[in-house]
Amino acid sequence: MASSKRKMNRRTAITETARAAGAVCLGGFSLAALVHMARQADARALRPPGAQPEADFLSACVRCGLCVQACPYGTLSLAEWGQEPAVGTPFFTPREVPCYMCRDVPCARACPTGALDGDIAIRDANMGVAVLVGHEDCLNYKGMNCSICVRVCPIRGDAITLEPGEYNGRRIMIPTVHSRHCTGCGTCEKHCVTGHASIRVLPRDLGLGGSGRNRAGRKA
Amino acid sequence: MNARWLIADSRRLGVQAHGVLRAHKWWLLRRICQISVLGLFMLGPMAGIWIARGNFAASQIGGVVPLADPYILIQGLFGGASPAIPVVTGAIIIALAYLIVGGRVYCGWVCPVNIVTDAAFWLREKTGLTRDRKLDRRSRLGILAATLLASALTGTVAWEFVNPVSLMQRAFISGIGFGWAIILAVFLLDLFVSRRAWCGHLCPVGAFYGLIGRGSLVRVAAVNRDACTDCGACFTICPEPHVIVPGLKGTGSPLILSGDCQNCGGCIDACPVDVFRMTTRLTVPQAREGG
Ligand code: SF4
Ligand code: SF4
Ligand code: SF4
Repeated sequence: MASSKRKMNRRTAITETARAAGAVCLGGFSLAALVHMARQADARALRPPGAQPEADFLSACVRCGLCVQACPYGTLSLAEWGQEPAVGTPFFTPREVPCYMCRDVPCARACPTGALDGDIAIRDANMGVAVLVGHEDCLNYKGMNCSICVRVCPIRGDAITLEPGEYNGRRIMIPTVHSRHCTGCGTCEKHCVTGHASIRVLPRDLGLGGSGRNRAGRKA
Repeated sequence: MNARWLIADSRRLGVQAHGVLRAHKWWLLRRICQISVLGLFMLGPMAGIWIARGNFAASQIGGVVPLADPYILIQGLFGGASPAIPVVTGAIIIALAYLIVGGRVYCGWVCPVNIVTDAAFWLREKTGLTRDRKLDRRSRLGILAATLLASALTGTVAWEFVNPVSLMQRAFISGIGFGWAIILAVFLLDLFVSRRAWCGHLCPVGAFYGLIGRGSLVRVAAVNRDACTDCGACFTICPEPHVIVPGLKGTGSPLILSGDCQNCGGCIDACPVDVFRMTTRLTVPQAREGG
């Protein structure tokens, strides 16, 4: 009797445990799927200077907003529900407020988790890269000498230059970004005079072509 | 219009015996504490007075002391983050603090969602809603485990994508967007589906702090349990009624030792014959005292 009861108990204990483990896995996988979906939207988020690569950033950042509060320009904000980046993570929208590239990088210094590298020199920041996405509207492409983007760039001459070229049979000066020096601060995007900014900062994997995959593109 | 109508039914006997103020003493202290903590974090962004920076996830107090939520940090570590000194220091300070005052003191005295779920409970009593779908209160441990699993699978701080607790404290400090929908869902769940559904059964944050609370120093004790009249007021008001049974009805220690107890003092407020007292493990003997 007693032993069969114990056996029963053991059996119920095992089923109970199995059920609990099953529920945990189901819950875990569902939440993982949700997180995965939400992260598709992150692709366009611009992070504060010194941010680790996106995958590492999302596990390190605790969503505390210390970086946001440290920025003297109100550049950064924590994503709310319904905004693109992962909810609670810091990001900025250069067309509204660009990063002013503070020499002492207060945002990154304030980060308690290492999600932002506190030792970064602002010139080495890699928030994204500016891309002339709308050349059809760019005034320089129409033969004018707007060049606002070049003139406002805090690293002009290195990050962005004017290169002579020809378009529709007209000699023009093309605003040309050099990704090695561009930090993605977004000052050019902020000041572009066209409707939606013809030059925009994109995360690097969106904004750059990447080195070639076929024989022709490969470095010799 | 009689303002007494507002008093929760579970406090009626306490009010009769001790007056309105004393029957709300711990409740008042808790609300003041919850509002002050949140207010301290709002002073910076709203008024430029920077006593506390950051939010409940991690902060810096007075420009020196780092604080951090250990549960969020642990999810990040499961997600593959390497621990940084400030956030780890902050998480240890917080964990030690709750080890002293009681783990789920976070729930009763700090968490803003507690105000929402208490409000839902109050409204339940007032409207006479009794629908109570039985939930297993251990579900929250399962959800806690699931959030760690999801963090490991996705390499993120997974629960932060939905956590109503984080959403709500950020709502006041920086903004919430459509996140109010989640807070509303918690309210409706507690109101219509099940008594104390969220904080008492599902929330993994509470589950986490409950684990810390198992060893905590400050505890409520039914020191005067011989006077108990079986009126049931403490069981009605308590967000985790099961924790009261051993201390009040058992023959062992009168201490409420379960990690689930929030040290909210609801039982002290509600009891008409002063059975309960806020005390510590050290001052009340673990064995039955008196005769
Ligand atoms: S570098 Fe300065 S301007 Fe740019 S985000 Fe950080 S604090 Fe703000
Ligand atoms: S300070 Fe660091 S951890 Fe806090 S929100 Fe900014 S990046 Fe995230
Ligand atoms: S036992 Fe008392 S102090 Fe603990 S949770 Fe219940 S009502 Fe609150």
